[in-house]
Amino acid sequence: MAPVKLYPPKPDKVYFYGTCLVDIFFPQAGLDAIRLLEREGIEVIFPDDQTCCGQPAYTSGYQTEAREVARSQLGLFEQDWPIIVPSGSCGGMMHTHYPQLFAGTKDEALAKAVAGRVFELTEFLVHVCRLKLEDRGEPEKVAMHTSCSARREMGLAETGPMLLSKLGQVELMEQERAAECCGFGGTFAVRHPEISAAMVEDKTQAIEATGAKRFVTSDCGCLMNIGGRFEHQEKTLTGEHIASYLWRRSS
Amino acid sequence: MSMQDDAVQTFTPRDFHRQAHDALGNPQIRANFRKAMDGLMTKRHDSFGDWDLETLRELGANIRMRALAKLPELLEQLEANCQANGIQVHWAEDGEEACRIIRELCEARGAKAVIKGKSMVSEEMHLNEHLEAAGIEALESDLGEYLVQLNQQTPSHIIMPAIHLNTDEISDILHDKTGTERTRDVDYMTAAARSQLRERFMAADVGISGVNFAVAETGTLCLVENEGNGRMTTAVPPMHIAVTGIEKVVEHLRDVPPLYALLSRSATGQHVTTYFNMISGPRKAQEHDGPQAVHLVLVDNGRSRIYQDDELLDTLRCIRCGACMNHCPVYTRVGGHTYGTTYPGPIGSILMPHMLGLEDTKDLPSASSLCGACGEVCPVKIPIPDLLVRLRREAVGEGRGNVPGAGVKRNKKEVAAWKSFQWLATHPGAWRSGTAMAGKLNMLMPSKLGSWTDHRTAPKPAKTTLHALIKRHRKQRSDV
Repeated sequence: MAPVKLYPPKPDKVYFYGTCLVDIFFPQAGLDAIRLLEREGIEVIFPDDQTCCGQPAYTSGYQTEAREVARSQLGLFEQDWPIIVPSGSCGGMMHTHYPQLFAGTKDEALAKAVAGRVFELTEFLVHVCRLKLEDRGEPEKVAMHTSCSARREMGLAETGPMLLSKLGQVELMEQERAAECCGFGGTFAVRHPEISAAMVEDKTQAIEATGAKRFVTSDCGCLMNIGGRFEHQEKTLTGEHIASYLWRRSS
Repeated sequence: MSMQDDAVQTFTPRDFHRQAHDALGNPQIRANFRKAMDGLMTKRHDSFGDWDLETLRELGANIRMRALAKLPELLEQLEANCQANGIQVHWAEDGEEACRIIRELCEARGAKAVIKGKSMVSEEMHLNEHLEAAGIEALESDLGEYLVQLNQQTPSHIIMPAIHLNTDEISDILHDKTGTERTRDVDYMTAAARSQLRERFMAADVGISGVNFAVAETGTLCLVENEGNGRMTTAVPPMHIAVTGIEKVVEHLRDVPPLYALLSRSATGQHVTTYFNMISGPRKAQEHDGPQAVHLVLVDNGRSRIYQDDELLDTLRCIRCGACMNHCPVYTRVGGHTYGTTYPGPIGSILMPHMLGLEDTKDLPSASSLCGACGEVCPVKIPIPDLLVRLRREAVGEGRGNVPGAGVKRNKKEVAAWKSFQWLATHPGAWRSGTAMAGKLNMLMPSKLGSWTDHRTAPKPAKTTLHALIKRHRKQRSDV
């Protein structure tokens, strides 16, 4: 459980850190997140030189490579503005692991400062923007998968569901074993594909059993995994990043 | 199906992938574990009720950290106080030495039959095989251990050794090995096993047990159990040998209640266990029962090497509740035997590499999605996910080299891949053109992606990257 976090008042400007998965596979989710923030009157700065937070190398044990990649990102956020990340996984990497990664190096203070300014998107929308949403969509049943990093590493089990609850026409469906991992785990899905497959099979079954027509998640790794499993089975149930879902229904 | 018709199955951590494949394809294993783990998770959750669990975990962690911080002096204090109580203390550097000490203690009494309470340390050092090779029969008296031993298996869980078996399988084992009726009547089977074991308690020359908490200030050995077999093992035979890892020591008697409260709830969801034994020495002159001699064997077996490293040290906080495996989505699906190690699941994956070396256990630290469920429930707040990552680092030669077999997983191909990743991610211009190109050509992602696409469709790079979308978005905004 993350320690109690004190939230700042709504700022004029924020940095947006898109993450590599959003950049390459789900860019619309990134753009929709930016639009949500801009609609709240916040100017969103997207540092062009951002690439990847370094997590894939970090969790694979390649500490040196992870640190070099992370170091190249540390310098992107010169001003004292919050850094918004549309992922609990990359957000957790930056918020929790950057200080560990740079402990005892010359960049330790900078890493700590950056880490302290990192907010996951749904966290920021709930606790800092106090987002209000006007639901313009049709009535719909939706399931939510909160990533393990958002839930446990960042302590954000509630922020996604809280945002969905602001959509008047949307019914959030409870799934069995909601807190259980979908089986993505980055390189885990590659190193232990059969175990990962068994996990995502159970997750898709649990989501399908809710009767929801759609699932949303705040992490693109889970989206790729769960959505890819549904698509492989040629199910009509589809997934979407929560930023796109919120923007689509409220714009 | 009769289990004894099958050849005795052996498991090794070297074959983790094959064993996982087999377990995933075994509906019986899948169902048994899923059902058992679901039940244990619910029980644990309900047992803490409205307690301030975070504060209690903090307390548990602090007690264990304090004990570890003073470990060398507490062990000396424990030895002195045990000896003052009449408990003879022995030190074993590894499992082999511990086995030898115990065998010699048995031989000195001319012991032929040993009855055992549940002890994972004795599993760790393969004590039963060692004693049997010396012509001493060692019989397990914990019901789960008894079944596993009858079935020529090893425990699949540290608290519930026979959790991989369902009622029908247990009925078959008892029928085939001990001649009981085939039945689904659990009470009948328990009563049958109890009466079989009762005779053996009476006939045993030596009782061997584990230890849950060894209290330094009083020289007391605490043993937590539910079946009474622990009390019988430690009270009926003329000699009792307790065997434990050196990390099980706590400083004060008052440290025990919080740890016990955490242990019983985390393990089985019980507020108290049926038995809580406090052993403080052999039978005294005026007493009519209890063993005439009590020995304590303190086993290192790699623990003092773990102790040298300030990160890995956290591994030794463990109080062996098993909650990490009960909550692990990987353990739940592959079961305990798949790991091929004495301690399975998350705690095994951070402990066994120190005991067996990374050559044999290199696939264990990676067998986790780092979902964090283990760390979240650990009653003494061991940062298990961080330690898994640390061992991944050690396996590829990026750690401090404090684990046997460090660097065994490093290979040129993977290093080259991560170096390329590093280069691309630290050259933003190349990153932008590379990712943009990937979307246009879809070249990074073929429609077949090894095992990923056996179960899922391949992710497709979008036609336009976020970088490019934002360029357009900025232009639109400045045009308005």
